[in-house]
Amino acid sequence: MKNKQIWGRIGQIVLVLLGISFVTFALVMLSPGDPVRQMIAGNEDIVVSQVEIDALRHELGLDKPFIFQYLDWLGRAVQGDFGFSYMVKKPVVEELMQSLPATLILALASTLFMLVFSLPLGIYSAVKRNSVFDYAVRGLTFFGVSIPNFWMGLMLLWIFGLKLGWLPIVGGRVSLETLILPATTLGIVMAAKYTRQVRTTVLEELNQDYVVGARARGMSESYILWREVLPNAMLPLITLLGLSFGNLLGGAAVVEIVFSWPGLGYLAVQSIIYRDFQLVQGIVLWIALMYMVINLVVDISYNRLDPRLRKEGR
Amino acid sequence: MENLINGLKNNRAFAFSSFLVLLLIGIALAAPLLAPYDPLEATMKNAYLPPSSEHLFGTDKLGRDNFSRVLYGASYSLSSVLLLVAVIFAVGTSLGVLAGYFGGKVDTVIMRISDMMISFPGMILAIAIAGIMGGSLINAIIALTIVTWTKYARLARSMVLKIKKRDFVEAAVVNGGKPTHILWKHIVPNILPLMIITAASDIGAMMMELAGLSFLGFGSQPPAPEWGLMLNEGRQQLQTAPWLMFFPGLAIFLTVVVFNLWGDSLRDVLDPRQED
Repeated sequence: MKNKQIWGRIGQIVLVLLGISFVTFALVMLSPGDPVRQMIAGNEDIVVSQVEIDALRHELGLDKPFIFQYLDWLGRAVQGDFGFSYMVKKPVVEELMQSLPATLILALASTLFMLVFSLPLGIYSAVKRNSVFDYAVRGLTFFGVSIPNFWMGLMLLWIFGLKLGWLPIVGGRVSLETLILPATTLGIVMAAKYTRQVRTTVLEELNQDYVVGARARGMSESYILWREVLPNAMLPLITLLGLSFGNLLGGAAVVEIVFSWPGLGYLAVQSIIYRDFQLVQGIVLWIALMYMVINLVVDISYNRLDPRLRKEGR
Repeated sequence: MENLINGLKNNRAFAFSSFLVLLLIGIALAAPLLAPYDPLEATMKNAYLPPSSEHLFGTDKLGRDNFSRVLYGASYSLSSVLLLVAVIFAVGTSLGVLAGYFGGKVDTVIMRISDMMISFPGMILAIAIAGIMGGSLINAIIALTIVTWTKYARLARSMVLKIKKRDFVEAAVVNGGKPTHILWKHIVPNILPLMIITAASDIGAMMMELAGLSFLGFGSQPPAPEWGLMLNEGRQQLQTAPWLMFFPGLAIFLTVVVFNLWGDSLRDVLDPRQED
């Protein structure tokens, strides 16, 4: 990737963030409920007059036209100020930073789980195509992609937490014990998807002419697989890995809720329930930013790793 | 259509999965006849009864019969997911066809928006949209449509671009055919099969996402017997009444399996070029 292209991508990221922030901002404006009354709602014993409400509205700039409110917000956001969360009584950024590690730990652990299972299973079932093993893997992955992850989570929680009592059922904190179940839940569902992708990618590579050539020259199957096929198959797999890691950041919300895992998804759902939209907006933008940056990094490394693309300077 | 009938005759997987889909729809339609109880009728003294011959799947916190609720859930969940897929299909396909056929500014605007949506994890945006607008089935459908239509628009657009170059379309243009005539008579019929396959194989995934939103409380609202919502209610009683989370989840799982099987085999039947 040339520098120019990288800058182009960064420009695109900025545009997407602007678009997303505008859409969420507009939605908040259109949504039922009055943010000013919401803010005062915490102190019910204080009687607030309409004059005071109007004053507060003016102070917060909420009586300005929509587009000015958005620009005000944008101006602050660019400087890293995403507003104040009245749910947790903290600046939005501070709360985000507090929940971020939990989400990253869960994403890393489930990605690790996914790789440990899907790489060997996918490669082996591609090599032994149409064997009993292959059919078993295909059957299992088919069921794996059809299981709703929240149901899987509840079932695991019920079996290992309640029936067997091996793992804690109360979440809310980050520890190895509480990590096992959510990471397994996400890992299984992702592994099902990724195993299929690994299998397809390796199969495609195995059908290439160079494999036939290598066989004709009498190279051993294991040499062909390890030295020729797998290095080539790794490149598309890295891209897919980047995508699924990115999806975990947003898609884990449901699983985080099931296990009360204190990550960004959990925070997002809580803040929506409490109608703390400054926080919601901050989370959505933050997740979007991480997702796009991860994909950009993956694409850059993809280009660095692939000699063909490197030579052409693409 | 001919392909479909041949497929039913010759492709056993397609025949079998079509049978299962019809069976599901049959159950959904016949829920009022099959269900032993009213799914909404609360009988407090029967709360939290475990599964028995009287209440096959047990009862919930209001003493409602879980079996009847799961059965009614079939019609509720199936019709909402079919509505969702139909809306996404219609919005995405028509925007894609417009972009592909007219090109120019229309194309640029539609595709820029689509680029924006695609470079973003959809589920978190869907949660935010549905949550901010307030939990309801309609809002959940709108939210999922906003984050999913781009897939259909891109596919439809790329197919229209290909078909536009074919001789019969150019002949129609030369003959002075109006754009609406060319679109409806020549282009739409040619892209429809692949679009329908895509929609059919999406039903399972969409069912999970819709149930996920309901599970979080941003989709269907109580007392609707929707499976995702029932799972949410069951989650709170995991310790005392695990049957409340087991059966609705199993129902979602089986339905998704059936529709995924059907989608895969429909692809084999209608689009034999693609293998594996």
